[in-house]
Amino acid sequence: MSKRPLLTVDHLTMRFGGLTAIDDLSFTAMDGEITAIIGPNGAGKTTVFNCITGFYKPTIGRIALTHKDGREHLLERMDGFRIAQIAGVGRTFQNIRLFGSMTVLENLMVAQHNPLMRASGYTFLGLIGLPSFGRAEREAVDFARYWLDQTKLTDKADWPAGSLPYGDQRRLEIARAMCTRPVVLCLDEPAAGLNPRESADLNTLLLNIRDEQKIGLLLIEHDMSVVMKISDHVVVLEYGRKISDGTPEEVRHDPNVIRAYLGEEDVDELPPEIVADLKEEGIV
Amino acid sequence: MSASATTATSPRAGLDIPALLKDAALTAFVALILAIPLVGFETFDKSGSTSLGLRTRWGAVAIGVVAVFFGRLVMQVWRQTMLSAQPGQVPLWDRVAGSVPKVKLPFGPFLIVFAILVPILWSGNAYVIDIGITVLIYVMLGWGLNVVVGLAGLLDLGYVAFYAVGAYSYALLYHHFGLTFWECLPLAGLFAATFGVILGFPVLRLRGDYLAIVTLGFGEIIRVVLINWSDFTGGPNGIASIPRPSFFGMPFQAAAPEGKSTFASFFGLEFSPIHRVIFLYYVILALAMLTNIVTLRLRKLPIGRAWEALREDEIACRSLGINPTNTKMTAFAIGASLGGFAGAFFATRQGFISPESFTFIESAIILAIVVLGGMGSQLGVALAALALVVLPELGREFAQYRMLIFGAVMVVIMVWRPNGLLSSREPSIKLNPGKGG
Repeated sequence: MSKRPLLTVDHLTMRFGGLTAIDDLSFTAMDGEITAIIGPNGAGKTTVFNCITGFYKPTIGRIALTHKDGREHLLERMDGFRIAQIAGVGRTFQNIRLFGSMTVLENLMVAQHNPLMRASGYTFLGLIGLPSFGRAEREAVDFARYWLDQTKLTDKADWPAGSLPYGDQRRLEIARAMCTRPVVLCLDEPAAGLNPRESADLNTLLLNIRDEQKIGLLLIEHDMSVVMKISDHVVVLEYGRKISDGTPEEVRHDPNVIRAYLGEEDVDELPPEIVADLKEEGIV
Repeated sequence: MSASATTATSPRAGLDIPALLKDAALTAFVALILAIPLVGFETFDKSGSTSLGLRTRWGAVAIGVVAVFFGRLVMQVWRQTMLSAQPGQVPLWDRVAGSVPKVKLPFGPFLIVFAILVPILWSGNAYVIDIGITVLIYVMLGWGLNVVVGLAGLLDLGYVAFYAVGAYSYALLYHHFGLTFWECLPLAGLFAATFGVILGFPVLRLRGDYLAIVTLGFGEIIRVVLINWSDFTGGPNGIASIPRPSFFGMPFQAAAPEGKSTFASFFGLEFSPIHRVIFLYYVILALAMLTNIVTLRLRKLPIGRAWEALREDEIACRSLGINPTNTKMTAFAIGASLGGFAGAFFATRQGFISPESFTFIESAIILAIVVLGGMGSQLGVALAALALVVLPELGREFAQYRMLIFGAVMVVIMVWRPNGLLSSREPSIKLNPGKGG
C-alpha cells in the first residue's frame, strides 16, 4: 500500500496575545501511520491538537485533511463540531472527558449521534417509533459492542462511565472516539497515568487500530517507551517550533532533540553511566 | 461523609463523655440566647388601657434550655453508638433513603392509577379535584422544565415566560379569531416553542450562571410587556371570560346554546358544575401523561442522549461532532412548547389571566419542583409537585406558619436527599437487558 499524505499542516502559527504558542509549524502525517508529536512541557503540543480539532482557530496557517476518496477538508475554516462530523477527526483529551453519569454503552451511542439522528428522522420519525430506527439503533449497538470488545470493556458496558477505573476510562475514551468512524484519530497523552502493563496493552490497541482500521493516528505522548515502540514518524517541538522530524531512530539521534531534552551543556557533563541509562530508556 | 464518619467512630472503646457534655452545653447556651428574647418576654393587653404590658416567662426559658441540652445529648449519643456499631457505615437515614429506590415497587403505575381514580374517590368534592388539577399543572410544568434543566442541564429561571405565552396565545386567539381551546392548544405550544427559539438563539452560547441570569431577565421582560402593552394584552387588568373547553363541541352549561346539546343533556345526566371540574381534571391528566410519554421516548432517542451528554461535557460533545447550539435549542424549544400547552390549559381553567399569574415566584416554584424531585427523574418531579402544591393546602390551618412549614420541608428534603427525592438514573439503553446495571 503506497502511503499518501493524510494531514498536512502548513505554516501553522498560533498566538495568544503576545505569546506565540506555535511558530510556523509544518509537517505531514501519512495515512495508515502513527505520527507522534513530542516535546518538553509547554512546547505547544496540545495547542497543535486544539488547532487541528477546531478548539482553537489558528492565527496563520493551513491544515488540510485528505480523505481516501481525494476530498480535501480545510480544518482551519471549520467549526469545532463539523471537524468531527464532516472531516472525520476523532480525538481524546489529556484530562479524560467522559460523560460520567451515563453508562459506557451510552457514551458510545452518543458518539454515533449523527448517523442515529438521521436514522431517527431528526427525532420526528423516531418519536413515532418507526422500525427503521430500531434497526439503525441495533446496528449502532453492534458497532459499539465491537469497540467494547476491542477495548475489553464489554463486561462493564452498563456501568456508569465515571465509576470505571482510570485505565478503563482511558480506553473507553479511545473507543468513543473510534465510534465516530474517524479518518484520523488524535490522542492526547493516552498513556498518562497507566501502569506498564496497561501501557503495553495500549500499544497493542493502537497498533491494531492502525493496521485493521487503516486510519492515521496522531499522538502526543510523554512516555518514550510508547512513542519509540509504536510511532512510524516523530515530530519534535520546542517552544512552538519544530526542531526535528523523522523516524523514531532518526529523531533519537538528532543532536537538537538531545539538547532540547537535556540542555546544551548538560549532556557533556553527565556521568557516562547516566547517559547509558538514558539511552536504554530511549531518551537520548 | 466518610471523613466525618471515621472521626466520629474513633472513640470506639467508649463515648467521649466530657466532649458530649461540652457540646450539649454549647447548644443549650445558643438556645438560651435565642430563647431570652423569643420566649422570655411576652406582651399582653393591659385591661382597661390601650397600651401593652410586658411580662417575663423565665420558667419556659428554663424548660426549653434543659430540653435542648438533653435532646442534643441524646442525639449525639445515639449518633455515635449508631456509627460505631457499623464502622464506615453511613448514618441511618442515608441508608434508609438509599434503600428506597432499590425497592422496585411499581410506584409510577400505582401513582397513575391513583391519579385516574381521584375524581371517583372524591366524587362530589370539587375542592379536592381542583387541587388535583393544580398539582397536575405543576407536574406538567415540572416535566417540561425537566427537559431543559434536568436533561440538557440548562438552568432556566424564566420558564414562566413560556407558560405565559401559552396562556395569552389561547386568550388572544379566542378574543380576536374566536378559536376554541382545542384549536389553540397546538398553536399555544407552537408559539411558546417559537419564543423558546427566539430566546435561545442569542443566549445558548452562554453557560450556567450567565444563562440563568439571561433567562431570568427574559421572564421579566415577558411579564413587563404583558403589563404595559395594554391595547393588545389588556395590561394589568388581564383578559377575562376565556371560554372553558367543550367535550367534542358540547359545552358544560346548564342551558344549551342554540342548536347544541350540553354535556349533561347528551348523556342524560342532571346538570352539575362538577362535571366540568372532572372533565378539566382528565384533560390535564391526559396532557401530563402525553408530556411524560414524549419525554421518556425522547430520552431514549439520540437527541435525548445528546442532551444528557451536553449536560455532562460540552467540549467532549463537540469532539464527537454534536452541534451544541442546535441540540440545546431543541431542548429549549421542546421544554417551552410543553410550558405553552400547560399555559393554554391554565387559561381555560381559570377563565381569566393577568400578568399577576406569571411572576418570578412561579418560575422559582417550578424549578424547586425539578430540583427537589431529582433532576431528570419523572417520578421524582411528580412527587415533588404533589408535595409543593398539597403542603401549603394542608397547612392552611396553621395560617401564618404555612410558608414557614413549606420552607422547612424544602430544607429538610435537600438535607436528606441532596440530589432530590429520586435521583437514581436509569440507563437509556442496556447491552445486557435484565441484568442490573
